Amino acid sequence: MEQRRKERLDRGIKVRSDGLYALMSWRELSYLTLPRLVLIIGMLMLPFLMPNSYWQRVISIVCLYALLALSFDFLAHFLGLVSLGGAFFIGVGGYLSAIMNTSLGLPPFMAIPLATLLGAGICTLFLLPCLPLRGVYFAIVTLMYPLALARVIEAMDLFGGTDGVLGVDSFPNPWVEQYFVIAMVFLFMFGTRRLVNTDLGLVLRAVKDNDQAVKASGMSITYYKAIAVFIASAMGCLSGACLVHIYMWAGISLFALDFSILPIAATVIGGGGTLVGPVLGCFILVPISELLREFGTLRIVFYSLVLMAFIVFRSEGIMVYGERKYHQFERWVKV
Amino acid sequence: MDIFIYGTINSAALALMALGFALVYGISRIPNFAHGALYVITGFVTWICLRSFHLNYFLSILLAMIITGVIGALIYQFILIRVRGMSISEIIASYAIGLAILEGFRWGGFKGMTYTLPAFADGTIMIEGIPVDMQRLFVVIIGAAVVAFLWAFTHFTRLGLALRGMAQDERAALMLGIDSDRMAVVAMALGAMLSGLAAIVLLPLGNIVVEKGYDVLIQAIAVCIVGGLGSWMGAVLAAFIIGFAQIFTVVYLGAHFQMVVALLAIILTLIIRPSGLFGRQKELEERV
Repeated sequence: MEQRRKERLDRGIKVRSDGLYALMSWRELSYLTLPRLVLIIGMLMLPFLMPNSYWQRVISIVCLYALLALSFDFLAHFLGLVSLGGAFFIGVGGYLSAIMNTSLGLPPFMAIPLATLLGAGICTLFLLPCLPLRGVYFAIVTLMYPLALARVIEAMDLFGGTDGVLGVDSFPNPWVEQYFVIAMVFLFMFGTRRLVNTDLGLVLRAVKDNDQAVKASGMSITYYKAIAVFIASAMGCLSGACLVHIYMWAGISLFALDFSILPIAATVIGGGGTLVGPVLGCFILVPISELLREFGTLRIVFYSLVLMAFIVFRSEGIMVYGERKYHQFERWVKV
Repeated sequence: MDIFIYGTINSAALALMALGFALVYGISRIPNFAHGALYVITGFVTWICLRSFHLNYFLSILLAMIITGVIGALIYQFILIRVRGMSISEIIASYAIGLAILEGFRWGGFKGMTYTLPAFADGTIMIEGIPVDMQRLFVVIIGAAVVAFLWAFTHFTRLGLALRGMAQDERAALMLGIDSDRMAVVAMALGAMLSGLAAIVLLPLGNIVVEKGYDVLIQAIAVCIVGGLGSWMGAVLAAFIIGFAQIFTVVYLGAHFQMVVALLAIILTLIIRPSGLFGRQKELEERV
């Protein structure tokens, strides 16, 4: 009886190498660029493919969740900080942008960048106390902020209390809205992918793997963590600011649990540590969640269960799996 | 004087909420974000036994606590055990479990004012001229009893000593033949039952609502961080600090600020003394 086994070979291609030999043929060129092109063109096509304006709105929401998921992935897999409070970033960015728009009269395209930067600064400042520490503190504090802030706004009747901030300007038209958020997803997705390979990214990953060594090299861990948290919360705040202008309203529901749990689920399903997986995960989860809209909070149960199943049984996620398979030759060989 | 009495009651309540979390974290190093969910489960199970099956109150309490303990053990045995040691996955998994349970209850229609448990005993007594109802007195008594029981349990019984050994040094405990996975299951079941006990004592003071789950989780975590994660005696002491601080803010600022007190306590502790009052970890390990 002849036995065969499956042999797997990894295909090593070096891009952005120091020599010129990296890309020699159209085949190799397309091998490298095709997956990226599919993603980019696919996302640019999406607004045209949607049947009606409701689903076009869903595309914008998907992109906002994708930004949030990117921020989670960046913090969790390149810095080792688990943020359980995406809603905190959304809330801060959203309220800031809404207030700048309604009280100061800034147009959305001024309010959004300002809210992003200012919000990221505020979030970083709020999270600063737990940055010098290792362990679960960051998760705990980020879990608490959205809950506590919602309570404070409700209790002190700040920013319109339970009614929220009404009359926020919307984007000029739906196409601008969609292409703006899609462009932002591209910017931050490819931006963070570049960032983690620069020197700064190297230090951040070192902080995750061995903070003592980073400290021994004379670098301040708190400083680098603060930079990374600033970048991640900028993504979250941007997402919140856009959300406010899409819904033309800012309220306590910005601190809702959906914003905390869905990005985590998307990251785990899509594949953590790839910075593309989270975006894919959002494209899978958010439409499902729209279809389940009538079930109310059962959606959160659904995400939680999916998340639990993935993290316990398939923690690598779709993207890591796909990437591995894409780079492998498989063939049957005689034993 | 009323600040003193109500402060003591509030502190005992906080200690009851926090001990389960502290126990689980101390022994298995898993931050149990499902703690609040277990609290709410006990409340609803008791309510169902009492109202739907018309069981005796005491019997339904016993049943609810056993069910919660079993759920805790199952959560550990089938889910958390697989991600143990992977800190990111631990946090996410336990958070997801807690959310699934709490939001599942909310979806199942368990909301509103209709879900209340009766007090153990009616009536109020006067302490130094201040009326205190019996249920609040029970909170203090049971809180003290639980602390005493835990102390005796971890100092004099074989199981308790094994748990304490594991909390102190897991590898050494393994070498002495203590099965760390089994002990962690026991710890999780015990922690779940403690949170259930807290629920049973505290819930008659208000309604059973899903939001309590988040509140309890946050207050428990605040107490544990101020007391030092994993330290039981620290948690008890911290419960008194936060408990009195909360009563002071309620008296002088308003009732809405209880959550803010918890948050501020955490932030201050992290800035000033990250390992807490009685942190068992060396400060160097925590502060990189």
